[in-house]
Order: sequence, then structure tokens, then C-alpha cells
Amino acid sequence: MPFSESIFATRFQITKPDLEQYLSEALSQGGDYADLYFEYLLTSSMSLDESMVKSATQGVSMGVGVRVIAGERTGYAYSDDLAPEKIKKAARVAAYIAAGPGKPGKYGLNEGKQHNLYPVITAPIETEFAERVELVKRADRAARAYDSRVFQVQATYADNLRHVMVATSEGVLTLDRQPLARMGVMVLARQGDGPPQRGYAGGGGRVELDFFLKDKTPEHFAAEAAREAVIMLDAVEAPAGEMTVVLGPGWPGILLHEAVGHGLEADFNRKKVSAFSGRIGQKVASELCTVIDDGTINSRRGSLNVDDEGHPTQRNVLIENGILRGYLQDKLSSTLLHSQSTGSGRRESYAHIPMPRMTNTFMLAGQSDPEEIIRSVPKGLYCANFGGGQVDITSGNFVFSASESYLIEGGKLGRPVRNASLIGNGPEALKYVSMVGNDLRLDEGVGVCGKEGQSVPVGVGIPTIKIDRMTVGGTA
Amino acid sequence: MSENHLLELAADVVKRARAAGATDSECTISEGDEFSANVRMREIESLKEAGSRGAGLRILIGKRTGSSYTSDLSNEGIEHMVKSAIALAAITTEDPHAGLPEAEEMGSLAGDLQLYCPDVEQLETAQKIDRAKRAEAAALDFDTRIDNSDGASFDSHIGRHIFANSRGFAGEYRSSYCSLAVSPVARQGESMERDYWYTMARSGAGLEPPEQVGRIAAERTLRRLNAVKVETKKVPVVFEPRVARSLLDSIFEAVHGMSIYRHESFLAGKLGERVAGENVTVIDDATIPGLFGTSPFDDEGVPSRRTVVIERGVLKNYLLNCYAARKLGLKTTGNGARGLAGNAGIGHGNLFLEKGVQTPEQIVGSVADGLYVTELLGHGVNIVTGDYSRGAFGMWIRNGELAFAVSEVTIAGNLKDMLTGIDAIGSDLEFRGSVAAPTLRIGEMTVGGK
Repeated sequence: MPFSESIFATRFQITKPDLEQYLSEALSQGGDYADLYFEYLLTSSMSLDESMVKSATQGVSMGVGVRVIAGERTGYAYSDDLAPEKIKKAARVAAYIAAGPGKPGKYGLNEGKQHNLYPVITAPIETEFAERVELVKRADRAARAYDSRVFQVQATYADNLRHVMVATSEGVLTLDRQPLARMGVMVLARQGDGPPQRGYAGGGGRVELDFFLKDKTPEHFAAEAAREAVIMLDAVEAPAGEMTVVLGPGWPGILLHEAVGHGLEADFNRKKVSAFSGRIGQKVASELCTVIDDGTINSRRGSLNVDDEGHPTQRNVLIENGILRGYLQDKLSSTLLHSQSTGSGRRESYAHIPMPRMTNTFMLAGQSDPEEIIRSVPKGLYCANFGGGQVDITSGNFVFSASESYLIEGGKLGRPVRNASLIGNGPEALKYVSMVGNDLRLDEGVGVCGKEGQSVPVGVGIPTIKIDRMTVGGTA
Repeated sequence: MSENHLLELAADVVKRARAAGATDSECTISEGDEFSANVRMREIESLKEAGSRGAGLRILIGKRTGSSYTSDLSNEGIEHMVKSAIALAAITTEDPHAGLPEAEEMGSLAGDLQLYCPDVEQLETAQKIDRAKRAEAAALDFDTRIDNSDGASFDSHIGRHIFANSRGFAGEYRSSYCSLAVSPVARQGESMERDYWYTMARSGAGLEPPEQVGRIAAERTLRRLNAVKVETKKVPVVFEPRVARSLLDSIFEAVHGMSIYRHESFLAGKLGERVAGENVTVIDDATIPGLFGTSPFDDEGVPSRRTVVIERGVLKNYLLNCYAARKLGLKTTGNGARGLAGNAGIGHGNLFLEKGVQTPEQIVGSVADGLYVTELLGHGVNIVTGDYSRGAFGMWIRNGELAFAVSEVTIAGNLKDMLTGIDAIGSDLEFRGSVAAPTLRIGEMTVGGK
């Protein structure tokens, strides 16, 4: 989109000379670099509970963040008012970090080429409410119809449309229009007067509303959530201790996000506080493992045409055949490490300082037939689905919580087991990967990653893999 | 903008909503200034400073609701917000339980709750940076094994919260907050560990000395070095206060009124029943001056109060907003909570487990073989079933002494058993946030390791 057609030019009457002036103000006390991040965000959400649409909300927020980098120092200020005097004031506050002669001047702002990964003509948020609210109603009906033991259904649908503009003192000017939509279904089931069990499914992406009408329908998510809740009614105690663990394809890729992804973010490595610091070129996984972070996959939740520093996203190889290849870099870390940005600078909003983050993180498919992987395990645990995870960057310890898993006995799937966390150590865990399936699948689009108080949408993916040794936190 | 202006604006939004067709409405406005200074390896790393504000509206047309928010408080922005909320009521369902609080339920606590202290605003940037530098320096200078740092930060926030509804409630309060945190990194051989310590207060004067914060952070980090994974076994588990607090978070979720009426909690339907040992009393009190969970009224305009959740092991009250109360045939406990927009959810005030008589040393001393937990990892708590399984760091207790560091293990059980299994409660209750618990010992949990 050309600058002159952007909402910032048409609605807020911002001109290129204005941007130059704000950047000048930001560098008025010196500093090496400055950037402006303009954001105009529309959101809407609706939720259903007890077969009633109990809430519907929409909102608008806008603002600009001004950043000044001077050596290793960052100054940051923002304004939720786009009036010129407010932006200039924010620029002067951000400039406080630098102490030197000013660097006013011309930055020659130019719009560069960028990806077009989500050519969404009509964003879901631009469609009729009546059309979108049908999605949660359909999910409710489908979940209740799935099984008579289903007794509670909550369905939510949320979308947003984020207009962003980044202008930097290096002359980069980028604009992007980022649509995002997600629906989720939570189901409770119970047998007679027995205790309830829960199931959850959800998904979405940078898609048009058609995605939920044709591709992944409310009925799909509802059936998936109901199936999980009903299966859990038969769950037995989870085992405890070290054992062979097989992860199913898709969302279990959260293992990669926690075990290696965060540890490879360049800020932690620049500061040498990550368990992966100084390990480039070393073996950190079995040779069957190649792990990628790719922000350029069409329509995915974690994809971006440009990152939040105006740099195009790219496909980054993190681990290649078991060898650690690279870190995820943003502007600040790549400058200090004399490296290049990998298009990984992201932020939650204009009120936040960008930092290196993941986009879509997954492991490449291997050769093994998934059924053969399960057949090869005499005794172990098969994890089909997970809740969230967390990592301690410095020690490398990570956990993730299995929400649907089964005992494996004699090469066959046995009874489902109750929720349990799995724990491992980042640079060690993937060394025990002994089989990788040919069934790589990306998750359906629900991931939210939190780091230092900032949340951003991400994706994960993995084929079926076998890990010979991992600690399972059950009670049996 | 002056305080009166925002209160008037909220009242005006309510009026405009009525004029646009709402039968009832509620408006929230919040305004805040944030400051953050990060220091790392004795140098300033980042400074951030900014102010922002926003307004939110929830309307009812009969028994249908709609809501909206905006960061644009101009006349045009407010007009758009009102229209947006009204439009959404058309797609929601008539809900017989939807509505505002009854007139006699609304109100605000009188007296100074000490939520705002002007010294937070008066602190100079240089002083804030200095405190962060001193705290980090105290950690770095404590021991040569502390050779790195993830930094120290000084954060402060000044806020104003305004709420008005169409039944005549209009109230506002100011708040202030500041905190100082340090996160040192220690190394010995192949072992590298990070921990943290912090202090927070409503006033700058209320913060603990930076040197003390740095020293405690250093001690906590050092004791994690050379951690090992232990054998899988069932043993007593002692939660230090920083992690015992997370059990209160789980209790909160389990007595959350919305989860109760949906049967989404293992404590649903257990009112009046014994759910914990007779030694356990849990209280939610949003009226204690100066604390972080204190407020004069909740986010529906109901006065804050003290609610006994568990009394000597018996479940006495759920935590409720007006909606959950109506669904359950009970009265609101003044726990309505929301952001700018949307239906009210449920929040807690100062939620704590009453202290016992034993010192933490006596509790550790009472364990022959068990785990002392200092940090938990992950989200492995299922409130529907009570199933509990989380990653843990800590120290192994052997013959009543903290013997060696432990990591890469899980602790697992079920919250129902864990609550009845609390068999020792420390005297060391202190508030570092709105949730607090003293040292707790649980008779038996499964530690998952080798």
C-alpha cells in the first residue's frame, strides 16, 4: 500500500515531512538510530455461554511509539494522541537517553518492497456482525450434538485489523494492514453425576471470514473440543518419571517454541544469559532435527509482511540436522552483534519496545511413518495435544502441559491419561529424538506467546516425533 | 485533563448512551502514566515514559448487552464508541440475569485507603535509575560466581480510575505504585542459573532498600547452582511464600463465581463443605489500606469488602460479581472486575491464607526427606478436575536441612488432596502483591524426576 493511501495519511493527515521532523526531534540529543511505530487497531469479539451470546465488544485504539537507540541504550516514549505536538513531545522524551550533539537531517524515507502474505480484501472485522455471531452459535449447536455427555459449551470469536506504519532514521518507511481472526470452543462433558472433563479447540489466522465458512468451520472446532472432553472421561492417572514420549503432529510443536525457540532469541544470547549462548555450530539436537522459524508462510497467525521494526520477515534456520545455526535477531541485537536482522523484531503494540520474537516455529518432516513410530515403543506416552508451556531461559528448563495423551503399551495406544506436565532441558531434550515422522503439520492458529509482559500471536508445528527420554509429571 | 473533567465525561457518556437508546449503561475511564528504567551490568539499558488513557462503555437494551471502547476521547471518538455499543446489542441474546447492581448494593468505601502517594510522582528519573543501579550492584558484588545479570528495573505507575453508571453511581480514585526488581545470573562450571527478587509499594518511601533487594536476589540465585534431578518419589513438599502464593491463585480460580455456575471448578457445589484442613483459612479483603488489591469500589460500583472464602477448612463463600450472584441465587461479594469494556468478570482484592505459628525453619526442620519449592514453571493446573502438575525448582530437604539444589522435576497431585494435605503453615505471611501466603507444607505429592 502506498503511503499516500494509508489511513495515517488519509485520516490523520500525516505527511512524509512530518515523519522526518519527528525523527529529527528524536535524534535531537544525538543517538545512533530512531524509529516511529504508528498503530491504528480495530478489535471485536463475541462470546457465547449457555447457548446465549452474552457479550459482544468492539473497540478502537491508536498511538505512536518513538524509539531512540544510542549504543546499547534505548529510550522509548509513546502517545495515544496523534496530534503533532504530542508526537514531538514523545520524541523529546525518548531522546533523553542520548547525550550528544543532535543529528537533525533528511532521512530520505522510501517505501521498500515487502511480502504480500495475507492478501485479504475484506478483513473479517469489516463483515457484518450478524454473519460473525453465527459462528459461535453454530459451534454451540455442533458441540452439543456431538455427544449427550456434553453439558457446557463456551464459544468465542475475536478478530482485529491492525494498520501499522514504521519510519526509521535509516530511511525505511513501511506500511502494513494486518488482519487476524480466531475462534475457540471450550466444552465440558460428564458421565452421569461424575466429575466433568474439559476439551478445547480453536484456530484461525490472517484470513478472510470464508476460512471459517469453508476451511475450518465452527463444527470442526466444536467436534474437536467435544471429542477431547469425552475422551478425558475415561482418563487414568498419568505416569511419573522418565520415559519414551511420542508427540503427535501440529500443536505439540510448542515443544520447539519452549525448548529451543526462546533460548535462541538474540537478546538473551547477546547478554549471555541463555542456555544456548555461545553454542552456534554445536550439536544441540539429534541429526534428525531441523528447526525453522518462518514468518513468511501465507495466511498464518504468526506471519507478517514486515516485522514491527519495518524489516521484511524471512525463513530462518535455527537448527540444521542437529547443529545450532543462528539466532532470531532484531535491530538492536543485530547491530550490537554485528549481524543482520532476521525480521524478528516484534512488539505487542505502540506502547511496547520491540524485541526478538518467534513467528511460526516448526520442525521439518522426516522419513518415518507415524504409525511405525508408535509401534516402536514398548512402553511410553503419546501426547496428541497440549495446553501452554514455559521456559527458564538461563537453566534451559522448560515445561509444557499435555491436555490429551495416551499410554503406549506394546506399540499400541492405550487409555487416555489425566493432564500432566512434561519437563526437559532445552539444549539436551532434542538429542533424544530418535524418529521423526513424515507428517509435518502446523497448528490451527491459536498461539499466543508471552515474553517480558508482551503478548504476540505465533504459530508452531511439528511432525510426529519420538523422544527416547523425557520426564513426565504424573502421579502414578 | 482535570479529575473533574473525566468524571464529568463518564457521566456524559452514560447520558449519551441513554439518549441513543440504552436502557442502562456503565462507563469506565482510566488514565495512567508509566515509567520504567532498566539497568544492566551497571549501565542504563532503557528508559521508557508515557501516559495514556481510554474509555469503555457497556450498555443494556432491555436484557441484551453490547460494549465498546476507545482511546480517542474526542467528541467524535466518544460518539463512535456509543454507536458501536448500541449496534452490538442487536446480536446478543436476551439474558434474564443481565443487569446492573441494585441501588442498595452500590456505594464506595469512605476514608483514605492510601492507594496514592505523591512521592511516586516526585521521584526524579536520576533517583529511580540510581536505585536500580544500587540494587544490581549489590547483587553483582555479592559473590564472584555472580558474573552476569539480566538487569535491574525500577517501574512506577500513577493511575486514575473512573466509573459511572446509569443508576446514579459515579466514583473515582487515584493510585500509585512503584517497584524495584533485580535478576542476577550466577555461574559455576557448566551450571548457569538466574533468579530474582523484588520490592513493591504504593509509595517510593515504602520500597525496601536497594542493597537488601540485590543481596536477597544474589542469595536466591546462588543457591540454585549445580542443581540435580532427583529420583521420582512421593514425598512432603514445602512451598516457600513466593510459590505458595500460586496455590492461592488456583483457589481464586476455583471459587470464581463464573466457574461455579458453569460447573467448571472442582469446588462447584461445595459451599458449606470441608475442602481443606481445619488449619486453613483463606480471606479476600479489598479494604486493607495501602495494599495492592485494595479499592473503594469494584468495577460495578459495589463497595469493596472482606470476604471469608475458607474458614477453618470449610468453604464459606464464592467470589462473585452481580451476574454470577444472580445465577447462583446469592449476593454479590463486590468482586466485579473488568478492563475498559465488556461484561464484568470477577477479580480478587487482597487474597491471602492466614498465617500459622511455625517459623519456616521449623517447617523445613520437620521434613526428613522432601522438596522445598522455590519456583514453579508452566500452567499445569486444571481447575475443572483439580489435576495439578507443574515444573519445579528448589532444594532437597534431607533430615530437616536444605541439602542441595534440585531442578528439572515436576510436582503433581490434585488440588483437592493438596488443600486437605496442608499440614504446616508458616508465620511468615507478607504482601508482595495482591495475593499472599506463608510457607506451606503439603504432606505428600509426587515429585517426577529420573
